[in-house]
Amino acid sequence: MNGVHDMGGMQSFGPVRPEPESEEPVFHAEWESRVYGMSRLLGRLGLWNLDKSRYNREQLPPAEYLANSYYENWFAGLRKQLVATGLVSEEELQTYRASAPVPDGIMERVVNAEQVRAVPIMTTSYVRPASAPPRFAPGDRVRALNRHPRGHTREPRYVRGHVGTVREHYGSQLYPDLSAEGVDEGHHLYSVRFDASELWGESANANSVVYVDLWEDYLEPAR
Amino acid sequence: MSHHDHYDHDHTEPPSDIELRVKALESLLVEKGLVDPEALDAVIDLYEDKIGPSNGKRVVAHAWADEEFKQWLLDDPNAAIASMGYVGSQGEQVRVVENTDDVHNLVVCTLCSCYPWPLLGLPPVWYKSAPYRAQAVADPRGVMRQFGSEIPEGKEVRVWDSTSEMRYLVLPQRPAGTEGWNEEQLYDLVTRNSMVGVEEARSPATVGAA
Repeated sequence: MNGVHDMGGMQSFGPVRPEPESEEPVFHAEWESRVYGMSRLLGRLGLWNLDKSRYNREQLPPAEYLANSYYENWFAGLRKQLVATGLVSEEELQTYRASAPVPDGIMERVVNAEQVRAVPIMTTSYVRPASAPPRFAPGDRVRALNRHPRGHTREPRYVRGHVGTVREHYGSQLYPDLSAEGVDEGHHLYSVRFDASELWGESANANSVVYVDLWEDYLEPAR
Repeated sequence: MSHHDHYDHDHTEPPSDIELRVKALESLLVEKGLVDPEALDAVIDLYEDKIGPSNGKRVVAHAWADEEFKQWLLDDPNAAIASMGYVGSQGEQVRVVENTDDVHNLVVCTLCSCYPWPLLGLPPVWYKSAPYRAQAVADPRGVMRQFGSEIPEGKEVRVWDSTSEMRYLVLPQRPAGTEGWNEEQLYDLVTRNSMVGVEEARSPATVGAA
């Protein structure tokens, strides 16, 4: 979707204001760490995936998305997801008192501390079998399609319609546009190189290129 | 300021609305049995104290000190990084991009906040902020200037927008004047910011005499 989350090239946000690296805490308040931790643990229940979580945040009203801090957006996305999956009822979100049962088959998937410390359990595989051979190879010229899907996509607006060169084929990986809808399919993924002048015209930095990871569905052959 | 200082609230101030709402949701989820409080503490502990930029710094220092490892890291990053034990969520598929005399690399995620957690920990606020996400792809040299880094025009700037589940780590250039330094000494020159690409590694002068 063409949301405010798709920020590449926007110009009105002012300067980057980094905190000095040696002074920046991992979390700036305890509640941020709780939101992060709850999101990670609940994600492991398998009722939603990374793309769905991203899509939830992308669908927040634009003014809210921009006004919220990062973890406020995570919190808003999590609340939405909890209700959508029936883990928490609307009423419970209002009263914060348990009144609705947990759906069947969930409790045995609740993650414990030992599982958190076992690193492989916290990893995810994104590699999926391909249904067809890759259409492109390194060196091929490709154009990013001028698509404007209403759903989740990982084709940023600033590359659409522009021509680049395939650098690497990353194999067949979970396709986010469908994954956000709960469909688990592998599509070919490529690293594509764009000259800055192709993307930004006369405003481009000198001697600069941008690499973007793009699924085959986002690309067509170009000359 | 150590990060624990942030938890020492001024108790004359009432807790904020978001604090109360997060606490209430946590209590509800614990009551329903959906969140194990011990597991919650364990996740937070992992990312607050155990998984951070020191992992990436060790990888870079090792690559600087050992040419063979460096080649392995560039050719087969996942195997090389796994050999040092830094596997985990958001680091399943890594590419290492090398800064040279001719090339400078910079990493961003314009769509959200993708970042190689097992190597660098959770991203800093500026990396997730609108100004960085907006400017990094369109004006990378301008962004680096805001970090005090000036990249000569003769050097190609390569921006990596993390739009998939591939994660990018910048291998900064080993600073001049570090001939004969061992891995431990080199480690002190690596910064998180240099592994995202907004800065170069520290110069030997900043850490005293070799």
